Amino acid sequence: MTIAIVDQGAVSDPHARPVYRPFPGPASKRIVVGYGFWIFLLSDFIMFSAFFAAYAVLSGETAGGPTGKQLFDLRTVAAETGALLASSFTCGMSALAVQTRQTGKVYAASFFTFLFGAVFLGLEISEFVRMVAEGAGPQRSAFLSSFFSVVGLHGLHVTAGLVWLTVMLGQIATRGFIPTTMRRFLCFALFWHALDIIWVALFSVVYLMGAAA
Amino acid sequence: MLSGLTSSGVLDPQGPVAHSERLILFDATVIMLAVIVPVIIAILAVAWWFRAGNTRAAYRPDWAYSGRLEFIVWSIPALVVLFLGGIAWVSSHDLDPHKPLAETQPLEIQVVSLDWKWLFIYPEQGIAGVNRLVVPAGRPLHFKLTSATVMNSFFVPQLGSQIYTMAGMTTQLHLQADKPGTYPGISAQFSGDGFSDMRFNVEAVPETDFDKWVDETKAGGQALDYAGLTQNSKADKPAVYRGVEPGLFEKILDMETEGAEGQQNAPNATVSPRAPVSPRNGGS
Amino acid sequence: MLGKLNWTAIPFDEPIPLVVSIVLILIILSVLGWITVKGYWPYLWREWITSVDHKRIGVMYCGLAMLMLIRGFSDAIMMRSQQSFATDGGGGYLPPEHYDQIFSAHGTIMIFFVAMTFMIGLMNFVVPLQLGIRDVAFPTLNSVSLWLTASGVLLTNMSLVIGEFARTGWLAYPPLSELKFSPGVGVDYYLWSLQISGVGTLLTGVNFVTTILKMRAPGMNMMRMPVFCWTALASSLLIVAAFPVLTATFAMLLLDRYLGFHFFTNEAGGNPMMYINLIWVWGHPEVYILVLPAFGVYSEVIATFSGKSLFGYRSMVAATMAICILSFLVWLHHFFTMGAGADVNAVFGVATMIIAVPTGVKVFNWLFTLYGGRVRFDVPVLWAIAFMVTFVIGGMTGVLLAVPPADFQLHNSVFLIAHFHNMVIPGVLFGAFAGYNYWFPKAFGFTLNERLGKAAFWCWFIGFYVTFMPLYALGLMGMTRRLQHTDNPLWDPWLHLSGLGAVIIMVGIGLQIAQLVVSIRDRVALRDVTGDPWNGRTLEWSTASPPPFYNYAVMPNVEGLDAYWGMKASARTEKHEQPEYEPIEIPRNSPTGFVTAFFAVVMGFALIWHIWWMVLLGLFGAFVTFMVFAWRKRDEDELPADELARMELERAGAPA
Repeated sequence: MTIAIVDQGAVSDPHARPVYRPFPGPASKRIVVGYGFWIFLLSDFIMFSAFFAAYAVLSGETAGGPTGKQLFDLRTVAAETGALLASSFTCGMSALAVQTRQTGKVYAASFFTFLFGAVFLGLEISEFVRMVAEGAGPQRSAFLSSFFSVVGLHGLHVTAGLVWLTVMLGQIATRGFIPTTMRRFLCFALFWHALDIIWVALFSVVYLMGAAA
Repeated sequence: MLSGLTSSGVLDPQGPVAHSERLILFDATVIMLAVIVPVIIAILAVAWWFRAGNTRAAYRPDWAYSGRLEFIVWSIPALVVLFLGGIAWVSSHDLDPHKPLAETQPLEIQVVSLDWKWLFIYPEQGIAGVNRLVVPAGRPLHFKLTSATVMNSFFVPQLGSQIYTMAGMTTQLHLQADKPGTYPGISAQFSGDGFSDMRFNVEAVPETDFDKWVDETKAGGQALDYAGLTQNSKADKPAVYRGVEPGLFEKILDMETEGAEGQQNAPNATVSPRAPVSPRNGGS
Repeated sequence: MLGKLNWTAIPFDEPIPLVVSIVLILIILSVLGWITVKGYWPYLWREWITSVDHKRIGVMYCGLAMLMLIRGFSDAIMMRSQQSFATDGGGGYLPPEHYDQIFSAHGTIMIFFVAMTFMIGLMNFVVPLQLGIRDVAFPTLNSVSLWLTASGVLLTNMSLVIGEFARTGWLAYPPLSELKFSPGVGVDYYLWSLQISGVGTLLTGVNFVTTILKMRAPGMNMMRMPVFCWTALASSLLIVAAFPVLTATFAMLLLDRYLGFHFFTNEAGGNPMMYINLIWVWGHPEVYILVLPAFGVYSEVIATFSGKSLFGYRSMVAATMAICILSFLVWLHHFFTMGAGADVNAVFGVATMIIAVPTGVKVFNWLFTLYGGRVRFDVPVLWAIAFMVTFVIGGMTGVLLAVPPADFQLHNSVFLIAHFHNMVIPGVLFGAFAGYNYWFPKAFGFTLNERLGKAAFWCWFIGFYVTFMPLYALGLMGMTRRLQHTDNPLWDPWLHLSGLGAVIIMVGIGLQIAQLVVSIRDRVALRDVTGDPWNGRTLEWSTASPPPFYNYAVMPNVEGLDAYWGMKASARTEKHEQPEYEPIEIPRNSPTGFVTAFFAVVMGFALIWHIWWMVLLGLFGAFVTFMVFAWRKRDEDELPADELARMELERAGAPA
């Protein structure tokens, strides 16, 4: 592959500047996959933003029903946050173990990632059940519709993540640490950490601001 | 064919708002034409002159950049936009529907869009009309608008701006008819199967005639039965009513926002899946 | 057991949908039967349905678009004729319940299934070739995108036969689209079709952003990329940023309709105005998603057929990216009349005008490209020049509408209809036709019949003006949109004229069909043997027509803008004197896309008709499909270097 120092045969641009670092060609698969997945994650963030915007617009529309202040139990929220952060930490551990192909550590760390994630979901579901039982379900008011949706959307993503993690462990068990599996695990880790970022936004905007109102 | 263009609608303004808006339309059109007509001519002329068969045209295959030209082609649109943007800013404020037209006390009219007709309430006179709006010529009119169902848009082209009507909220509009006459009005936001018939006439009459009309209306005829009006109907005949429940407009506003249990949002299970006849409040 | 589905769903009592449904079913069965009898299924399955080759996928997208153009146009001519007939306060042949579905379907199909699919199809076929690479970043995902789009098409068209379509207009504003006012399945068909195809589109966006930014031939810096790739990039970025908003908004409406939520209901605090804001936050970037690739087509076509490079490349790139960003800042101009107040309206009005600046710059740069060129009036250039002169008229009316008080008079009138058709038809559709005629020989190895192409062009060009100029006049006369009947005698001559225009366009479409049929018949005579029928400037013309499945045996080394032109100018006919072939990895075909889409249709249909067990079945099927894909043994096949050398030698009759 020749490296052109000066544009040759480029008839179009008389103001051509010498090129010292030409584009090296298509990036490696790992970079391409990671980059593409990041772009997808950004699009997911935008989808969440739309739900956040709806929540912001509708947060005051309680239609004579319960408000966030009355409903939110910040202790549960704190526990959920702890669980999710812990699962992010263990996810990081398992990602490192994947890099070094330490199967045992991968399974152990992933087990705890799954566990903490499941704890998070369990707490969230119980919270939803409690609210519905108190007559504060999503059909009660626009505020509650938007609350259940934005928090529920995150919960759905966590659920999908748990399914994904299970599948990933199945892939490692049956196919070992082949490049495809490593790339997919990288995507899973990105996904899991991204959910953490969204949770931070969620508990700040929805729970903390809602409780303070 | 062309006479129709200027004898009705937007190009035939009958009130100060419509007059101003038509002027803006003309001014903006002239300015834009001054840009695009030369451009269109240039495109056709250049394409033709530089056709492959024309040996007299100079072939300059390497001419792909000119700083001066770039500066001009960014500047011309920018300047035009600056100018028109100024017009947009100023006129948006001058012709803001919320803005009263004059110092004098306007006539208050409340407007409610229903399926599929228009209800006009005169709160100060205590009368109402359906699909018929009688107003005094030469006097500012202040409209407060809402909807009892879906979104509509109250629009009398010859008098000026349209404004959406939305349930549970109020929009406002100021218009005036300069001269006596009959001016057609419509809904300009699609609202369902009866939409094409949501028409009414604005009848502007001299001030004294208006007062007489109000007295006549109060003297005879029926009072408004709002409940009956909420049933679906199309192409309702214009009618006026000698009495209207005080505070009806405010009640309609509240009605459209209540219903916290979500029942009103439940589907009607008896309606056929294809529902060829528009089943609004129950599927008839 | 079958949810809301029962025999009343089939339009036995409505002659027009019934007859059309029967005819359509017969046509589809005939085609499927013919394929079976001729034994084409193995070929179709192997070479097309399971293909992950961007060229095949691009062709399928464009084919889908052309089929849907016929469907969307049928809706259009029904609307024009209804409005032409029903001029005395009623009547016509389409009752409101049916007419309302037709204009809703017309808009939905034209935007989502004609314009989007055509542009994505062109992007698919051309971008990897122009970048000098072998395929997009995620080929199997690409196939999934195509087939999910086809799912949306299928569901929308199914509504003709089973059930009904939305009667709300193509954007389904609430409260009209809420369950209370639209209890039928129509809005559900609309929502699920678009949610499913929307996922496909989003994945395309991700795919192309990654491909264009991370995978180009060696030496191809960003500023050496063909302009079409820049516009494809801008469009893909917009897809990634805007489509999630559409997904979210439709999800909210679906939650309202299915689970009794209150996002946009009149009651319990719902806010229909929020829907309008959200949907247009998507909707305005959407029109730029459509038009930017078309602008790219025009740049390529005008440069090639003038025999000159595109004037002001850097300006064009800057203008493209400016449009990309600005498109997110103007959405409120779609509802100036919602009563936002003077300050807000004015800001958005000014922003809307600002976005006209980079577009104007593009028009000037195309003009300067023609200037000093040797312009050959082949079919693609006719479309390009017609676009330039017609689009600026639409741009003018757009600037008029951007002045809020002017918009107060013209919002939702047929003047608005004329304006946006004046943008989309010359902008997107003519661009699609130009691209179709331009790249057809590359895709299939023979050019399209020139005479019929020109005849079709003139019909479209004249037909467009005859159809839409009267609508400007009617809008000024106070006629609003979506009217099933009118009764103003002053309007009649204009309505009839507009109807005539639609007939002229119909002739144009007929001629395009004829052009394709005749060209296939005459394909031997029309064969493109050089691979470069137009004396092109960009890399795709350096390949054979059609290119081998691996595109480039050796990836080209790019040394400047208009890489192929540079190669030709340096009189280098071979990329390397002695090509050093290396083994190539070819992505394997996969049925994943098709099968996923099948289950998507099952789920969509089940959700529409509330057949809950079928939803679970579809979900399970989709999950199994993913698992099968996840566990496939090989993602790629290797084409060994000597096999590659042998293939290249075989092809050597057609110089690369």
